[in-house]
Amino acid sequence: MNGNQSRQRLILTILKNTPTILFVVIFVAFSLLDHRFFARANFENIIASSAFVGILAVGMTFVLLTGGIDLSVGANMYITGAILAMMLVNGYPLWLSILTGMLAGTAIGFFNGFLISKMKIIPFMVTLGTLTAGRGLALLVTQSAAINVTKEMPFAAARVLGVPLPIFVFLALVFVAFIVLNYTSPGRQLYAMGNDPEAAKKAGLNVTRLTMLAYIVCGFCAALATVIALSQQGRLSASFGEGVEFRAIAAAVLGGTSLFGGVGAVFPGTLIGTLLVQMISNGLVYLQVDLYLQDMISPLVIFFAVFVDAQRMNLIKRLERRNIRVENTVGQAPVSKKIRAVI
Amino acid sequence: MDDLILQFCKVDKSFFGVPVLKNVSIDFPRGHIIGLIGENGAGKSTMMNILGGVVPFDGGKMLLNGQEYVPQDPASATRAGIAFIHQELNLFTNLSIAENLFIGNFPHLSVTPFLNKARIRSKTQEYLKMVDLDLSPDITVDRLSPGERQLVEVAKALSQDASIIIFDEPTTSLTARETEKLFAIIDRLHKAGKTIIYISHILRDVQQLADDIVVLRDGEVVQVGPKQEFSIQKMISLMVGRYIGTLYPERTSTPTEQVILEIKGLSKAGIVHDINLCLHKGELLGIFGLMGSGRSELAQIIFGMEGKDSGEIIVDGTLHTKQSPVKSIQQNMAFVTENRREEGLLMTSTVAENLGLVTLRKYVTPAAHVVRQSALIEAIRNSVSLLQIKVNDAFRSQAKGLSGGNQQKVVIGKWLMNNPSILVVDEPTRGVDVGAKYEIYSIINDIVSKGAAVLFISSEIEELIGICDRIIVMGVGEILGCFEKSEFNREKILQTAFREGGK
Repeated sequence: MNGNQSRQRLILTILKNTPTILFVVIFVAFSLLDHRFFARANFENIIASSAFVGILAVGMTFVLLTGGIDLSVGANMYITGAILAMMLVNGYPLWLSILTGMLAGTAIGFFNGFLISKMKIIPFMVTLGTLTAGRGLALLVTQSAAINVTKEMPFAAARVLGVPLPIFVFLALVFVAFIVLNYTSPGRQLYAMGNDPEAAKKAGLNVTRLTMLAYIVCGFCAALATVIALSQQGRLSASFGEGVEFRAIAAAVLGGTSLFGGVGAVFPGTLIGTLLVQMISNGLVYLQVDLYLQDMISPLVIFFAVFVDAQRMNLIKRLERRNIRVENTVGQAPVSKKIRAVI
Repeated sequence: MDDLILQFCKVDKSFFGVPVLKNVSIDFPRGHIIGLIGENGAGKSTMMNILGGVVPFDGGKMLLNGQEYVPQDPASATRAGIAFIHQELNLFTNLSIAENLFIGNFPHLSVTPFLNKARIRSKTQEYLKMVDLDLSPDITVDRLSPGERQLVEVAKALSQDASIIIFDEPTTSLTARETEKLFAIIDRLHKAGKTIIYISHILRDVQQLADDIVVLRDGEVVQVGPKQEFSIQKMISLMVGRYIGTLYPERTSTPTEQVILEIKGLSKAGIVHDINLCLHKGELLGIFGLMGSGRSELAQIIFGMEGKDSGEIIVDGTLHTKQSPVKSIQQNMAFVTENRREEGLLMTSTVAENLGLVTLRKYVTPAAHVVRQSALIEAIRNSVSLLQIKVNDAFRSQAKGLSGGNQQKVVIGKWLMNNPSILVVDEPTRGVDVGAKYEIYSIINDIVSKGAAVLFISSEIEELIGICDRIIVMGVGEILGCFEKSEFNREKILQTAFREGGK
């Protein structure tokens, strides 16, 4: 191997571990810039406030693995939140309200999955439609009024095994998703389908059902994220869940999940991606960066990550091409003396 | 009476009213290797797609082990013991070998939903051993060579406990050594009692492997019999439906002395080393090399798709420091790439759209750059009739619906519409049937006689000898020898390629 190649290998190693490296670099940089950043309370704060984005991102990872996308998670959150909040203020018990909300969110995922897998409409259009219509529906139901549920959902600060509840739910979900994706048939088949849908059909996989499954999981995660976010914020406003799809997609992609399907992981990928997204916005607050600028910096970081992803793919392709000759040595002639010839 | 594993009884199939299989009746004896040959579009693939459950059939019936067999989908064909190894492999490159083998039917840990990874791994090891692959079951498929992937497909067929294994053109992307290995394994499967259906354009291989040969032409069975009844010449005649005296058209012109492309000391680390060659106007220069000899890579560098480390590429007397495909096209170069499915064609676009692609900018109005449709349509019509592209409606039919030979004519056609002075063709006749090959040679002859220079890359030594003025032999990224027309000799060229004796 010559020098040029070993340098390429080094670059590749760096590119392959970009999420982790980025994480460490940003972490160290923020810690050096402001000592308050480097404190246990702040870490807990980062993870707790990123929990609901992380939950969304786990669901998004399932959808991205199929090569699709779900833009409707934010609207899903608003609808689920509206149902949940209105039931609570009307005196329904907490468990019933949560159950109904979760069912509604999952149903929206099912609806997306049905249109995409059965009616063969492209995911982008379907979920863009659900996003717009969903927000409209929730606005209609709530009359765009804010609903306060601090009293009814008092468990945001609760701790399970010493861990704040939002963090516990998030980590538990990552664990379950990790097991499903790596150790069950549908999980592995999801990767296969994302890699080559045609071949998946030929291999006898039920592509329709797998696609449906991914969107249902995504809808379920959106509903779960609603419960966590609502309990943390204590209030359902008309902007609830607005713009979260970008952060969820960013978290998954920053964690190494490809937008082309078939590549990605919830652990460590999406988990690190989520923390990264949250850490950046948290760090910017500490550094007292202009509020308006903050909204522009996170997208920049994400574009950088997607750029790195593209570079990585290119380089992998180039490196995996087989070399024809070994430089500075005598090339070996093929062993076979026989050659096929065509008529 | 023989023990028959599979029977086709008067099977019919039409696509959009066009019959592709007419009354096909064939008996497949158990445990035989059956060679299935025919031109592109003869119905071989359709027949196997019906058997493999990929497409349904219209009329007639199939009997499998004497029972009526109607596959609903590929999965039911698999359950019935039929494994179909497609020409384009169907492996998931992001998954491990083991996962690819069991993707449709993972073993679980008793009643839990969890995969029994240990069992998957050990089973895979067993099957890999059967196909002589010394690889870890955990390696992801994207790290395997085409030959290894082919063998993984075979292992997959074995894991599904198939009794009938269909191979569709399995050797097109294999090296000579990998092909030998595949044949040894097919032979072993044969001895183990499997029935094998082998489809190929490489008639020698069919003759070597098969017990029986089935010839299809225009959707009908022309002849069935033991292989002893078929000479290669006879196979060709049966496939084409007429006697083919010459496989190569007569050359009508001789090369000039005028150099149009000169390459001096071209090197790229790990790819090619010190390439020097001259291409003359009106010359048909062949480049012979085995898989992995660097011939396609050289073509890509010349055309500017890949960079170079050192050396000069001089086109028509001017030195170009940095080549790119756009510049090459401006210099009137054309490049028919090796892989028409992935690089040569927009498969879902119409034939006309494909043909117009390169020359589009020649048909725009000066200021506004609006395409002058009528002129373009006229040119495309001319091209279709000139190249005799067999297509229902060039402006409606998608490229993917064409047979291999006609697809290749579309690729060549899109470049010819630009009147190239240098044409580089990389394996233009691979996967193309005998009749269409002749037509492609004729097209190339024609443009050479009009003064263009052609660089013809091929691993089929006979075709190079049949049509070229000169042959350069490549190996391990170097030029190993050069033969003038008077020196053409099959053995010598091969010896040079393998670096045995001689130069």
